[in-house]
Amino acid sequence: MSIMELNGGSCVAMVGKGCVAIACDLRLGNQALTIACNHEKVFAATERTYYGLPGLASDTITVRDKLRQRVNLYAMKEERTIEPETFAHLVSSTLYERRFGPYFIEPVIAGINVKDEPFIAAMDLIGCLNFAKDFVVSGTASEKLFGMAESLWEPDLEAEDLFETISQTLLNAVDRDAYSGWGAVVWVIEKDKVTKRWLKARMD
Amino acid sequence: MDKLVNRFSKVSSSSSATANAFEAEEYGYALPLGRGIEKMPMPEFSMPSLLDPTSFLQLHTDDASDPSCRIKINHGTTTLAFRFKGGIIVAVDSRATAGSYIASGTVKKVIEINPYLLGTMAGGAADCQYWETYLGIQCRLHELRNRERISVAAASKYLSNLVYSYKGMGLSMGTMICGWDKTGPALFYVDSDGTRLKGDLFSVGSGSTFAYGVLDQGYHYDLEDEEARELGRRSIYAAGHRDAFSGNTVNLYHVKEDGWEFIENVDINELHYDRKYGYGPRIEQEAADKAAAEAAAPGQPIAA
Repeated sequence: MSIMELNGGSCVAMVGKGCVAIACDLRLGNQALTIACNHEKVFAATERTYYGLPGLASDTITVRDKLRQRVNLYAMKEERTIEPETFAHLVSSTLYERRFGPYFIEPVIAGINVKDEPFIAAMDLIGCLNFAKDFVVSGTASEKLFGMAESLWEPDLEAEDLFETISQTLLNAVDRDAYSGWGAVVWVIEKDKVTKRWLKARMD
Repeated sequence: MDKLVNRFSKVSSSSSATANAFEAEEYGYALPLGRGIEKMPMPEFSMPSLLDPTSFLQLHTDDASDPSCRIKINHGTTTLAFRFKGGIIVAVDSRATAGSYIASGTVKKVIEINPYLLGTMAGGAADCQYWETYLGIQCRLHELRNRERISVAAASKYLSNLVYSYKGMGLSMGTMICGWDKTGPALFYVDSDGTRLKGDLFSVGSGSTFAYGVLDQGYHYDLEDEEARELGRRSIYAAGHRDAFSGNTVNLYHVKEDGWEFIENVDINELHYDRKYGYGPRIEQEAADKAAAEAAAPGQPIAA
């Protein structure tokens, strides 16, 4: 029994032209038993920075709350909202604080910075950052997500095309993973607009 | 020394004996009628050349105790069968998983042994497929020898005795043998531990608890044909929804007096969304029905 596979769930983020997308599935399980189909794993750090925390469900909640506190403290001290790049380092050091007793989550980050440039990042459970230029994946379906993203993603996708690409990537990946699926949510972040869409997914 | 010589030297004089052995091995039980079926040897299996082949296999195939084991046998299933006044309903899912990977969504878990006998597949896919096909051969031979069809009790006992002779060697199967014989519809549960049970209602596999939940609340012997089929379908749907290792499609069979009939293969997704099996879509449907009733007769209290 792997603790990373106890609750199941997956996330993916992708870069587009002047936009980014981040998506997650909705399953909360206890090994093979599906407990709930409304367990969102993507949260907002700021108005244009979002992050997903697939892994152990209790740590998803704990780290989400911890990050909310730290982002608010940052905003008060610095009197400005945090940039996605800075936020990525904040998450990374938050995880490394628990180097010898880690939170069992593998975060994915997507946002648009102050220069309106898209940014994505991912890290392992102790905070090793991975700044990818194309896409990042995480969770129990990560291998399948890599396969789908590697074949569907292309550079400079417009927001609508990026939505289609990330949706197909996520849906088709989780359909090959027993521990992920049961609904999906996709966020598309553009410089002046954020859209959240629920996907009609397989429920088995 | 002689042993070594015999092993590594092939003399032409001994080749005729080898050829005979080869022929027997090659054709085995598949020899055409009248050419040695009476001898019908049990199939032979090559064993790992170790002192204890059983523990060797266990070491490399037991996914539960060691997820990084080298050989992953397909597992995870929901199968069910129940007897009712119209015969037997057999319903199964179609997902095969190897670890968390969904290896296939189109597996045939109902094995058509002959036109009157069905077997279901849970546990090791290869074990079920091979031994139930083998059972089919034995049933046909019984028919030829005795000029009458084998009873379901006898067929299931043949299988049960067969797997019992391999007990402890890693066979993994949980199967239901369903059919119609002189005694009417008959249903037996047989597994690789050697258990053989006669009964009215069984469900086997990782999703069986979920299937039982739906099955038990809807089952009684006097179900109509369509009600019984719907119960089978609904039970497999429930298991597909809640169990991570079951799903994709439902295969539905109905065993009647004149043999089994394949009813349908339906995608669980279609059941969930289009046929409103899911409680989300079901609630939406109920709300829509309520609104329609309200529109048809405004101000009237709506019957629950």
